[in-house]
Amino acid sequence: MTIQHHINDPLLVSYASGGLSEGWSLLVATHAALCPTCRDRVSAAEAIGGALIEALEPVPLSHCAYADVIGRLDTNITVETDVAEKPVVLAESPLPEPLRSYALVSQDEVLPWRRLGLGAFHIPILMQDTTMSARLLRIPAGRPVPEHGHGGLELTLVLSGAFMDGEDRFGPGDVQEANEDLIHTPHAVAGEDCICLAITDAPLRFSSRIVRMMQPLLNI
Amino acid sequence: MIAQRKVISIQGKPARDPAIIDSSVKIVECIRTAMVGRNGGVALNDNLVAVANTRDREAFAELFGHFAPRIKAFMLKRGCDSAAAEEIAQMTLVTVWRKATLFKPQKASAATWVFTIARNLHIDTIRKSKRPAPDPTDPFFVPMPEKPADMSIAEQQDANKVQAAISTLPSEQQDVLRLSFYEEKSHGEIAKQLGVPLGTVKSRMRLAFGKIRNVIGDIE
Ligand SMILES: [Zn+2]
Repeated sequence: MTIQHHINDPLLVSYASGGLSEGWSLLVATHAALCPTCRDRVSAAEAIGGALIEALEPVPLSHCAYADVIGRLDTNITVETDVAEKPVVLAESPLPEPLRSYALVSQDEVLPWRRLGLGAFHIPILMQDTTMSARLLRIPAGRPVPEHGHGGLELTLVLSGAFMDGEDRFGPGDVQEANEDLIHTPHAVAGEDCICLAITDAPLRFSSRIVRMMQPLLNI
Repeated sequence: MIAQRKVISIQGKPARDPAIIDSSVKIVECIRTAMVGRNGGVALNDNLVAVANTRDREAFAELFGHFAPRIKAFMLKRGCDSAAAEEIAQMTLVTVWRKATLFKPQKASAATWVFTIARNLHIDTIRKSKRPAPDPTDPFFVPMPEKPADMSIAEQQDANKVQAAISTLPSEQQDVLRLSFYEEKSHGEIAKQLGVPLGTVKSRMRLAFGKIRNVIGDIE
């Protein structure tokens, strides 16, 4: 997969610092799982954290701190490795971790798609952070995403298929950023349904009156 | 030096003679000063590798002496009270011991790796929120393409080098990095605190990160 649209610098630095909220982090991390380039960039941003820690004036610990830590080591002798068992592979699922864990009802079953109107489907994703909304969107091949403006920032990560927004094509792994000024009508490319993760910090405002009326019912 | 090291290894046993503990903390401090003055980053990396490979308690004592007081200072900046800051510092060092085998010296410097551990512990245990991250064992995880052997990233990301790069940035760019990494502020919070528009915070972040990436090595 050739990714054209990456995570922007400020968002990536914020993810590395730890200051990014859960919703944005979910999208950044899912993109990073698909994009070695952005993982490198996250490492570079984390090096800023390392350097800033080195620059801090040390604050002495209590005099028993070292002995306390040594005491805790003796009870924790398990050596951790990064080779873990991961038997679950969902058939036809384009969902990489950490997204998949958020979209599962059980070990091997994804939450059900819900009808969104105009042929589209979605799966609302529950997060601990309720100030943002996250959902999977499925836009039928060749069909438009209902026209909408944004009350805030919206990030969309394509998982499978592709969509066009004006001249720009967004395929698997690509991230689109839309701010409050943008009113756009992206549409899925023919041939394959487009599945993407959409995160927003404000409710979407659909321009279509019918969709707008249904919005409270759909919880989008 | 040899005699002093013996005292430290006594710490490996659960024996808790306060006199021994006190003196060993001082010795750790001396070793720290001696080692970090010259080429400290490399020594710290070597210590981490020694802990991973041979569970080397002396190497661990040096890591403790160097990092624990800095993590405590870091957590005080993140708004922890003294007890919580100390607890995170201790937990970080326990995690360093347990997960040392996951440290990849060719990927990050010791300071950067320790920073990420402290960051994650703070999010989990103090903020009680989530920071989703990629899972390298996931079947959908896209691995890094093999790169020609180059200068190791740890060398490029040497904390001193990154620190020097940060110090050459205009002060308003340093400020956004400090607020982001030390105080874990979001872009919106930084904008409010500095009394500048959100877009200004983002562009400062972008400029700062761009310059630091030039120092670390061209990644894209
Ligand atoms: Zn990317």
